Amino acid sequence: MTWSATARGAHQPDNTAFTQQRLPAWHPLLSASITLPLFFCAGLAFLGLGLGLYYSSNAIQELEYDYTGDADEGSCATCATEDQGRAPPPRCSCSWYFTLSELFPGPVYLYYELTGFYQNNRRYGVSRDDAQLSGLPSALHHPANECAPYQYSAGLPVAPCGAVANSLFNDTFTLWHRRQPDAPYVEVPLDRSAIAWWTDYHIKFRNPPLVNGSLALAFKGTAPPPNWPVPVYELSSDPNNTGFVNQDFVVWMRTAALPTFRKLYARIRQGNYSAGLPSGAYRVDIAYNYPVRAFGGHKLLVFSNISWMGGKNPFLGIAYLVVGSLCIVMGFVMLAVYIRYQDQDDDDNDDE
Amino acid sequence: SENERLLQANNRELTSSFGYPDNAIKTSKYNALNFLPMNLFEQFRKLANAYFLVLVFLQMIPQISSLASYTTVIPLMVVLSITAVKDAIDDLKRHQSDHQVNNRSVLLLVDGRMEEDKWMNVQVGDIIKLKNNECVTADILLLSSSESHGLAYVETAELDGETNLKVKQALSVTNDLEDNLELLSTFDGEIKCDLPNNKLDRFTGILTYKGQKYLLDHDKLLLRGCILRNTDWCYGVVVYTGPDTKLMQNSGKAIFKRTQMDQLLNVLVLWIFLLLAIMCFIIAVGHGIWQSKIGYYFQIFLPWENYVSSSVVSATLIYWSYIIILNTMVPISLYISVEIIRLGNSFYINWDRKMFYAPKNTPAQARTTTLNEELGQVKYVFSDKTGTLTQNIMTFNRCSINGKVYGMHNCHKRLIKKYKKVDFSYNKLANPNFLFYDNTLVEAVKSGDKWVHLFFLSLSLCHTVMSEEKVEGELVYQAQSPDEGALVTAARNFGFVFRARTSDTITMVEMGETKVYQLLAILDFSNVRKRMSVIVRTPEDQLLLFCKGADTIICELLHSSCKDLTNVTMEHLDDFATEGLRTLMVAYRELDVTFFQAWRHKHSVAYLSLEDRENKLSIVYEEIEKDLMLLGATAIEDKLQDAVPETIITLSKAKIKIWVLTGDKQETAVNIAYSCSIFEEDMDGVFMVQGNNYETICQELRTARAKMKPESVLESDPTNICLPMKPKIVPDEVPKGRYGLVINGYSLACALEENLELELLQVACMCKGVICCRMTPLQKAQVVQLVKRYKKVVTLAIGDGANDVSMIKAAHIGVGISGLEGMQAMLNSDFSFSQFHYLQRLLLVHGRWTYNRMCKFLSFFFYKNFVFTLVHFWYAFYNGFSAQTVYDSWFIACYNLIYTSLPVLGLSLFDQDVNETWSLCFPELYEAGQHNLSFNKKKFMDCVLHGIYSSFVLFFVPMWTICSSECSDGKDISDFQTFSLIVQTSLMCVVTMQIALKTTYWTVMSHLLIWGSLGFYFCMLFLLYSDGLCLMFPNIFQFLGVARNSLSETQLWLSVVLSTVLCVIPTVGYIFIKPLLFPVSVDKVGARQLPRIRHCMKYPVPPPKRARLKRPSFRRSAYAFSHQQGFGAIITSGKMTKLRSKKKDKLLRKSHLMLVSHHRFQASSQTSNVEGVERDSVGLPPARGRVSSCPARLPGLSGSFQGVTCEALVGRGGSRGERA
Repeated sequence: MTWSATARGAHQPDNTAFTQQRLPAWHPLLSASITLPLFFCAGLAFLGLGLGLYYSSNAIQELEYDYTGDADEGSCATCATEDQGRAPPPRCSCSWYFTLSELFPGPVYLYYELTGFYQNNRRYGVSRDDAQLSGLPSALHHPANECAPYQYSAGLPVAPCGAVANSLFNDTFTLWHRRQPDAPYVEVPLDRSAIAWWTDYHIKFRNPPLVNGSLALAFKGTAPPPNWPVPVYELSSDPNNTGFVNQDFVVWMRTAALPTFRKLYARIRQGNYSAGLPSGAYRVDIAYNYPVRAFGGHKLLVFSNISWMGGKNPFLGIAYLVVGSLCIVMGFVMLAVYIRYQDQDDDDNDDE
Repeated sequence: SENERLLQANNRELTSSFGYPDNAIKTSKYNALNFLPMNLFEQFRKLANAYFLVLVFLQMIPQISSLASYTTVIPLMVVLSITAVKDAIDDLKRHQSDHQVNNRSVLLLVDGRMEEDKWMNVQVGDIIKLKNNECVTADILLLSSSESHGLAYVETAELDGETNLKVKQALSVTNDLEDNLELLSTFDGEIKCDLPNNKLDRFTGILTYKGQKYLLDHDKLLLRGCILRNTDWCYGVVVYTGPDTKLMQNSGKAIFKRTQMDQLLNVLVLWIFLLLAIMCFIIAVGHGIWQSKIGYYFQIFLPWENYVSSSVVSATLIYWSYIIILNTMVPISLYISVEIIRLGNSFYINWDRKMFYAPKNTPAQARTTTLNEELGQVKYVFSDKTGTLTQNIMTFNRCSINGKVYGMHNCHKRLIKKYKKVDFSYNKLANPNFLFYDNTLVEAVKSGDKWVHLFFLSLSLCHTVMSEEKVEGELVYQAQSPDEGALVTAARNFGFVFRARTSDTITMVEMGETKVYQLLAILDFSNVRKRMSVIVRTPEDQLLLFCKGADTIICELLHSSCKDLTNVTMEHLDDFATEGLRTLMVAYRELDVTFFQAWRHKHSVAYLSLEDRENKLSIVYEEIEKDLMLLGATAIEDKLQDAVPETIITLSKAKIKIWVLTGDKQETAVNIAYSCSIFEEDMDGVFMVQGNNYETICQELRTARAKMKPESVLESDPTNICLPMKPKIVPDEVPKGRYGLVINGYSLACALEENLELELLQVACMCKGVICCRMTPLQKAQVVQLVKRYKKVVTLAIGDGANDVSMIKAAHIGVGISGLEGMQAMLNSDFSFSQFHYLQRLLLVHGRWTYNRMCKFLSFFFYKNFVFTLVHFWYAFYNGFSAQTVYDSWFIACYNLIYTSLPVLGLSLFDQDVNETWSLCFPELYEAGQHNLSFNKKKFMDCVLHGIYSSFVLFFVPMWTICSSECSDGKDISDFQTFSLIVQTSLMCVVTMQIALKTTYWTVMSHLLIWGSLGFYFCMLFLLYSDGLCLMFPNIFQFLGVARNSLSETQLWLSVVLSTVLCVIPTVGYIFIKPLLFPVSVDKVGARQLPRIRHCMKYPVPPPKRARLKRPSFRRSAYAFSHQQGFGAIITSGKMTKLRSKKKDKLLRKSHLMLVSHHRFQASSQTSNVEGVERDSVGLPPARGRVSSCPARLPGLSGSFQGVTCEALVGRGGSRGERA
């Protein structure tokens, strides 16, 4: 009721700093004595950091080879033409020869790089069932709808389901080294263990509970993804590296953010090669299975080593240098403006 | 009957057949059952909520759903439930108050007995009994009352805010029922009346009783909400119940005021929709191209859905998917955050001790919580005068007697405090509240100075004040105008005590000696005469005429022998006027007995004549009011409220224009305008607009304009005046010099009717101050609306009375002064407090803060959402326009609601760019708000650009960082989840840094909220990405371990730092350089001014000294009279109709009571215009006409003392037609 409202019975408001808006406060002002030194200091710090980053990135060696076979004189060109219009493509092998004139310092990492491959396409990215991959038996037999059209195959649930799993990268590489021109090629040991994230391999990806101690039985009643030549439990003979916890599979399932991406294939850190790749001739045998030319993609092989801040990436170093110099330039501009207009302001004040 | 309501007393069967509602009222909107559906329906009627509902539905379509639906559902639920809880609480309060009102008890006549029942059970046709001081239950027709003639007195403050009592009178035929229950229960009158309506002063009906028909009008209707006063009991038959009552019909929909910011927001939200549509279109086109160039061939790994037949179909679907993804451009929490900010800032107003008025125990109240930021944008203040600027208290300040000035100049009084008050202890009847500061006058009185004695004698005799002496020696004066009261009180204190009057005697105590004067005639005041006189026979058998009046008038009537004295007195009057005092001249004349007898005869003839009585009387009056001997002059101070001139000076410095809209007359208004610094002594001119037809007004306005800005008239050829094409907005023009404008209500009405409104507005807006006098409430609202319509500015109306309600409602912001008059103004206001000078705090401190906070909030809020959302847009170019989000969907759900809401709320509740002292010291700071500089469309575009830049940085820096990159253990980090995490983290850092830069006032709360939110984000990160949660719901929480892996990488931290610095540098540079290159006033109050401000605080600027300039003489005519007809007729009426009745005493008492309330009512001069409106509406000329019409009715009335009461109801009487 409007007419019963009165202001009677009101009391004096509380006298607290909060209600009276008198909370003690710090009232910072971006005055010249703070801002200008801040800019110069930040500029210098960035320049220093940038230089460090730039040089450490430059010190990293990288060796990459595009083996897609597009208009390439390499031996992979044959495989490339063969894969045209055939899926799954036939098995084909090709090789990449290269020579190192000096030691490629280790530890050396071998990556495969795909370009123009849209792992970050939304429909591609969601086409997976993490419940299934975490080993839930119920999810194993009832894959999530997102997996369609790789949800059921001939009435059987697909394990692992979805487009991501179906498109598992299946080229394989072996590295051969020849110290002398006439010596035979010796296989360089590739360490393929622990290439996936620890959390992925140990926690996120789990095989379904074994049935009678057998993984194959655990996957009974499921179908492999259509592109796969083997079921998931036969990805590797090593029981710790098969099924959903296969390292290659786990690496592949961590989808990339950009259409160009690298994935770790192996480390070279064993035996004679722990210090790096010594000089000599090398051959990489490539089992060329993976079709990318249809959609204009490329496949690359990359040997790289690592510094304290990761792989070769000049961006951060350059960016830091640019931002650092920008800060200093801006600092000078602001100083100039400050000197020029500060005086004027003072004059104004005197006039008042 | 279609247009009538029919009912019969004591006949529930008949009335129930018409289906009239019972007397229960229901102001609540919901009940327990319908709350949810109805409240949801109400909420979804809001555009923003409906939009998000549509989004939720869109997200449920799997073909286009690009985001988990919880990203929209959760925020929407939170927003809806907050609003629902608030609505529920409000409604619960209404339920309680309804319940309480409905269950009040009332006495109902049932089967010949009075039975107690609840209010809600009262039906139309019931007869109920009301007792003194009871609230009227429903709209009832008065049948009988305990008072003679069936009178009943009601207080209508709750309805119309008027505190005076109103008289209702029962028909004599029903009054004969008295309190005889038998008669009452057999009363079977049939009533035909209007359908329920909201007109408080209109009621017509016909009572058919015993075959006779009686006309009913609103004088016989007691309205629900009134309170019965001074009437022991009354009976009535219920006519309208519950929702049909006039009270409920009036308390209909409150007008909903929206701020300019709201309108701006709506426009901006539409802009955002447009931008959204464009962006989605671009993306859809991109997607179409991508699908046909790449996606088509990529089908070996990602086959198209079977419903996607071509890339065009795909593009169409993706358009909607992106609508969903980019929906956060329109921030869901925008509206609710705005409401929270306003609510918080309203609380600050309620809590402010500096706006708490201890003597009345009234705190400031923000009654509307949706207008706060507009307080920081006010450009025009429309103020009422009486009760708002002034206290409506008159004090006798100075006087000039026989050429000698007594009393202290105001300034002296203020400066030199040692002046002691005069000691009136010699006079036992003195009023202890009366203060005077000049002892010489008392000495003059004591020494028996003849002139001084005559002067005070005239003051104590020549008036129409009534006295009341309930306790021996404690006199209470009931004066018609406070001026008169002040004069009589002054005389009383100096030893000339007016003690009592009858219709033909005045009892005085002169210096302790009781004397009785024969009152022979009262030559009453009128607006034309501007004076009043009394003729008395002294105990010494002397015939004396005492006259007081406006100096211009009295001068003409003086005897030639007083010429020298007149000149001296005139000089004194000039002095008084300069001080802003209201002046009167006092004169007397000794009369010859024979002359008087002859005059008296003429007077009676004139008095009893029926035609042209007024005129004849004034001619008779003039015959005797001549050859007067000047006694002196009085000066009365119309006391301003505390600190009014200071407030007005401060507000003017803030470029706020103050217009005074008053019902008072011109002289008083102008006088007040000077004394409260709206007009100043050294102004270049004051224009008067007094014409009453098109030509004169137009001429006056054009002259004014020519003087203020000659070139503006040159371009204004006749077309400019006629203004056939009305412009939407009248631009501001800057005149040469400072001018004032005075316009009276009649000219204003004329100007508005005659299409001169733009001309008027142009002139008025060029003036420094504008005084509109003799305004009706309607005109007040019209003026406000005029400014509102043609000026794109925020207006504020401040007033205290019922007559200010229309203007308070019309203005963007209505402020009610809670205190003196009824509560109507306060009840209709948006803000209320009890002292005018709190206005400067409300505007300059609270308003400015709130406005700044709101602007900071909005610009930051839009910014943070743009940054957040636009990253998706950039990402689209790298993921095949596939509606892939950059962030984890949990981050999307929490970003607006949790991670970033509290810091920005903290900013908008605690930030102060300058503290309150500076705000008040530098009113110039206020200007930014008036021109809406802090947030407008341009600022919004700045936000958009800033957002685009930041989102660009936030996308590309992480992208290039992780692009084909490895971390220090050689594993690749170019995966999507790491990328998400870096962008999210960078975004949080950037947003936190930006808000830290915006914060200028770091309280503990700010630190807590800003850093706390960032910290909370990291905590949430580890929680949402924790093993347990992810393993429990692997498909909902997919980011297992990402935080652990990525946040341990130096590279990624370097990237976060780089993004943050890149985003922050331009802001810091801007903040630093902008005040140097484009200083606005607030920057000038920056650090460099600190010493000056400290100085200011230490040595407050003394109030400006009034220049003692001679002013044009028009100001002197501010005679101290109300412009009302005096009480003379009431006083003398007893004498004219020589009748005495036994009820005399009782009625006299009543008449006094009436006068008390009437006086209170009339005293506020503009309130009288409420009546003016009524009169205007029936086609009578305003005020002046009414004055003459009153006495004319006297002889027609039967019974002596009924006349008294009738006259007390001047203007409301009307014809009491008893029979149709």
